[in-house]
Amino acid sequence: MSNLSELYQSVILDHNRSPRNCRSMADADADAEGYNPLCGDRLRVWVRLGAGDVIEDVSFEGIGCAISQASASLMTTTVKGRTRAEALDLFTRFHDLVAGDPGPDAPPGLGKLTVFAGVREYPSRVKCASLAWHALRSALEGGTPRPHS
Amino acid sequence: MPATDLQPASPPMAAPRARPFDVDAVRRDFPILSESVGGRPLVYLDSAATSQKPQAVIDAVSRFYATGNANIHRGVYRLSEAATAQYEGARQRIARFLNAPDARSVVFTRGTTESINLVAQSYLRPRLKAGDEILVTAMEHHSNIVPWQLVAEATGAVLRVAPVTDAGELDVGGLEALIGPRTRLVALAQISNSLGTVNPVQRVVALAHAAGVPVLVDGAQAAPHLVADIQALGCDFFACSGHKMFGPTGVGVLYGRADLLEEMPPWQGGGDMIASVTFERSSWAAVPTKFEAGTPDIAGVVGLGAAVDYLSALDRTAVAAHEAALLRYASERVAAVAGVRLVGTAPGKAPVVSFVLDGVHPHDIATILDADGICIRAGHHCTQPLMRRLGVAATARASFALYSTFAEADALAAGLERVRTVMGR
Repeated sequence: MSNLSELYQSVILDHNRSPRNCRSMADADADAEGYNPLCGDRLRVWVRLGAGDVIEDVSFEGIGCAISQASASLMTTTVKGRTRAEALDLFTRFHDLVAGDPGPDAPPGLGKLTVFAGVREYPSRVKCASLAWHALRSALEGGTPRPHS
Repeated sequence: MPATDLQPASPPMAAPRARPFDVDAVRRDFPILSESVGGRPLVYLDSAATSQKPQAVIDAVSRFYATGNANIHRGVYRLSEAATAQYEGARQRIARFLNAPDARSVVFTRGTTESINLVAQSYLRPRLKAGDEILVTAMEHHSNIVPWQLVAEATGAVLRVAPVTDAGELDVGGLEALIGPRTRLVALAQISNSLGTVNPVQRVVALAHAAGVPVLVDGAQAAPHLVADIQALGCDFFACSGHKMFGPTGVGVLYGRADLLEEMPPWQGGGDMIASVTFERSSWAAVPTKFEAGTPDIAGVVGLGAAVDYLSALDRTAVAAHEAALLRYASERVAAVAGVRLVGTAPGKAPVVSFVLDGVHPHDIATILDADGICIRAGHHCTQPLMRRLGVAATARASFALYSTFAEADALAAGLERVRTVMGR
């Protein structure tokens, strides 16, 4: 039960119920699809970049479990205003958080994203948490959907 | 349980009535059902994905390796002859269990998927011309779709899809309308893995045969629930998997009509499947060995033989009554949870309860139930076209077997209430 409440934290439930930036974007510079063939979950991420490669706007739409919806929502609120390089770096650290070797401390600089630390205990759910991030990376790296790990 | 108390007195000399099904006794035959998960008793409700194994099957496999292991068919020493006898003896018993007309029509494969691929590549592909049609249903497992797509792509043939209703029943009239002069094969599941719907296979076979079209039946879900009777079905091919019918993984069956199997070229080449080999030309062994290239899963076949022995020793009528009562009960309990909608409500069903819960993704349901030791499946169940047809991205699926209990249905319903609490619904 303790693992379960760590997985379904109130922040995650809140973002699942009221996802932020859950919309398509007409004036996006790039978009990409994230697809998990194991469960059929699918979402699309849009980004608009400004001067200095700053992410001016980012949004998503799609279907998925609470973990993937909340992760997409928190991702958008976290990367908005950051540069492309910062966002990609954040993904690496986020991936370490949910799937890397468990260390005593969460990777630094993740802020609210640390609520996903509980996902590590559920290997089959790691892909749910990282689906939107893979789509974001695809969009930032040219918008070509690529298979995700 | 004092079984006799529940029965009215029988008149003298009447045929003995079947005893009520003793599920507790059956559960003792399956060691894993006494296991616990994180300190909670295992509630295994994923038997449509794979069934658990009775001790008799585990022992048969283990005994084969411990005392009987040798390669089959060409050994002249006694140990090999005994292994061959076990392997071929299992074929005889499995053929009898499925009521195949002849054990030579029973080919061992790795499972239903390989059985269907064998028919697609060896039977159908050489017969297909551009524009020919293969007819499946909208409720098929991917393994009864993709093998046909592969041969269709290679030959220019077309996959046609018989419709299903909103309740998840096969629209037989719709299927009949799609049988035409170019139809070369009808392939359908006897029981839907996602919904549990039992299809009227005999009717479909009659319709197809009236048009001169052979029928392949995917019996993967049927074999553990229905009394398999290939001759009564009248189908031309029948495929099933050992692991779904209380046998080992890695072994399955393809039944084929004898004349069709004779005509079919080998699918894979290798040892055991030949009569003679020269560099100029090789000739093939007789059916079914022609289709069993290489050393097969001998222990798996022996284990599957033990599984059909186990099933045959049960009162299958009582098993069917238990499963039907359990399906009714579990469906009611699950449907009574606020926000639940059952997906697949055909009148004739195997004990499969597929459902969605308002505002909660099936994956979250499965993860939260797992904390209570309850194993269900969540997702598209390898039936993405069916999910699309029914307008759901995924479902949660609880699937029961002869060892499942009413208490487990209660645990599922209680677990679903907890899902609602955890998810704040």
